[in-house]
Amino acid sequence: MITNAAPIVTRRMGYEDSHTLSRYLETGGYDGLKKALTMSREEVADEVNRASLLGRGGAGFPAGRKWSMLRSAPTSYLVVNGDESEPATFKDHLLVERDPHQIIEGTLICAYAIGASQIFIFCRGEFALGLERLQQACNEAYEIGAIGKNIFGSSFSIDLVIHPGAGAYICGEETALLESLEGKRGLPRIKPPFFPAVQGLYGQPTVVNNIETMSNLPWIVLNGGDAFAALGAGSSTGTRLFALSGRVNRPGWYELEMSKTTFRDLIFDPTLGAGVKEGRSLKAFIPGGVSAPWFGPDELDLGLDQDAVGKAGSMLGSGSVVVMDESTCVVRAAWRITRFFHRESCGQCTPCREGGDWLEQILRRIEEGNGREADLDLLMDVCDNIAPGLSWPPQQTTICVLGPSIPSSIASSIRMFRDEYSAHIREGRCPMGSHR
Amino acid sequence: MAHLSPENLERAAQLISLYPKDRSALIPLCHLAQSQDGFLTEEAMQDIARLVGVTPAEVYGTATFYDMLHTEPVGTYVIAMCTNIACLLNGAFELLEHAEHRLGVHVGQTTKDGKFTIEEAECLAACDTAPCVQVNHRFFGPLAPESFDALVDDLLSGRLDDVVPPHGVLNRVERTVGLVSDRENEVAQ
Ligand SMILES: Cc1cc2nc3c(=O)[nH]c(=O)nc-3n(C[C@H](O)[C@H](O)[C@H](O)COP(=O)(O)O)c2cc1C
Ligand code: SF4
Ligand code: FES
Repeated sequence: MITNAAPIVTRRMGYEDSHTLSRYLETGGYDGLKKALTMSREEVADEVNRASLLGRGGAGFPAGRKWSMLRSAPTSYLVVNGDESEPATFKDHLLVERDPHQIIEGTLICAYAIGASQIFIFCRGEFALGLERLQQACNEAYEIGAIGKNIFGSSFSIDLVIHPGAGAYICGEETALLESLEGKRGLPRIKPPFFPAVQGLYGQPTVVNNIETMSNLPWIVLNGGDAFAALGAGSSTGTRLFALSGRVNRPGWYELEMSKTTFRDLIFDPTLGAGVKEGRSLKAFIPGGVSAPWFGPDELDLGLDQDAVGKAGSMLGSGSVVVMDESTCVVRAAWRITRFFHRESCGQCTPCREGGDWLEQILRRIEEGNGREADLDLLMDVCDNIAPGLSWPPQQTTICVLGPSIPSSIASSIRMFRDEYSAHIREGRCPMGSHR
Repeated sequence: MAHLSPENLERAAQLISLYPKDRSALIPLCHLAQSQDGFLTEEAMQDIARLVGVTPAEVYGTATFYDMLHTEPVGTYVIAMCTNIACLLNGAFELLEHAEHRLGVHVGQTTKDGKFTIEEAECLAACDTAPCVQVNHRFFGPLAPESFDALVDDLLSGRLDDVVPPHGVLNRVERTVGLVSDRENEVAQ
């Protein structure tokens, strides 16, 4: 059942001019910030705690708890993660282009609550239009006194800088993002000691939160944390923006109440995905970005719920769902995802750098028809070397979790479609007839 | 020959002033240089190095980490074609093959007339328009072989000049305000 919970972060998307200041102000824009400024910092943080808002960037860590871990220091930063590069994820892109003021208002509320000294919004460099709109919104927010000195007449002052990325998936990882923001190559830092809350940007305590996480804050402040927590179930509160793509009739973004809606609803409901393309049957789907293990038709009735998906052996991750149909070659799909990780590995850790390379080569030769009988065991063995035991969530053998994410698609697709892999090897060609 | 123009030097100074430490402006300045010349010339990298207080080798070493930053000349239009999962499932490799054929170059190459460079891209975060491409970082999709050809024709005839500006992503991004809050909050160097 799809609930008719009103949208939170996409509530202005019906307007052609949702990105403009005038539309924003007409629709309650900056009221959340104004209200927050009449509250104490602790009261604002308390509302966010009561909302149980989980981070929307992929790891799903509670935002309120993250803020409370910030070491107190004269200088601290809020860095907003808008690098959005997890394949099949396109929700932050939407928010940046279509409601930049909402992001800015959210960051100001967060900065006020945590007592930050400066805000940086790290926006994926490829979002040329998004960067234009975000900067325009930032300029306008200064003009109306929402950013800068003595915001809306209060004693709260802060500056905000829009920072363009330059194209590197790894810069979505929070410590790599900070390196990049310092003008360096995006190499993830070792945690500990470099937990951003302790030693982040320029060595100062830093909160890193996702764009969508920030976009929820104006609503939470205006309506109260309890109203947010009343939506969803368990730890998965509120609504969430899901990105649906692949072999589905109506690919797109859908903001849905968490937990209450299932994958089957998302993919098949006529008002949402409207089913698999060309009337084909569903073969498999990825529940949360390509770092997540795949699911099959048996998991369709799981709710869009962080804990439920976790228990079933995968993750809701970045909220992106990819549909594969009966004509999809799973070897080719797993190979392309693996090639992505291999290319984007920063190269610091051996399991990720070397393992990714080997896995890509083996998958390629299977898909090209040159696979060997022992290749499937070899694939599983290399996967096990990267993420010992292939447990979920994976054990971490590397500096960041890019490496341990590589086995996700390979191990899950071999478990589900071993026969199809074997047929490639036996027949010396792709039985699905795809050619690359 | 291609040092940063006086105008861009002024913009560079403004960008640097936004950050507590100058080096943070390194990547924005690279974008600026690319909107001027299409790629990072050696002279521009020397300018950037001087402006943010690092060596030219550090600018080069940093820039080469990032997909968007080019240290070699590229065509007037860089067509970045996504072949990642959602696009793959909707015919991206077939489209890429068509593009190579239509333009007579392989991925990574530039046409003889210097008009087009084809790149294979990772997910561009526009998967609902798969298969999609970016031309100089402006989105087009979903594309079929025929609509790809139409796109190429439109680019050649100048019909898309307003939609697809030259290289660089900061061409139309303008910060009109400086920092105003208390500077005492800044990091002690
Ligand atoms: C390889 C890798 C890529 C990531 N990419 C992104 C990203 O593009 N956007 C994002 O918000 N978080 C990304 N994350 C998660 C961030 O490290 C971080 O957890 C997140 O930005 C925190 O924000 P949140 O708590 O609001 O979710 C990535 C993590 C890893 C390991
Ligand atoms: S796991 Fe991979 S991407 Fe992450 S730090 Fe290690 S080598 Fe780099
Ligand atoms: S997979 Fe092509 S844009 Fe996302």
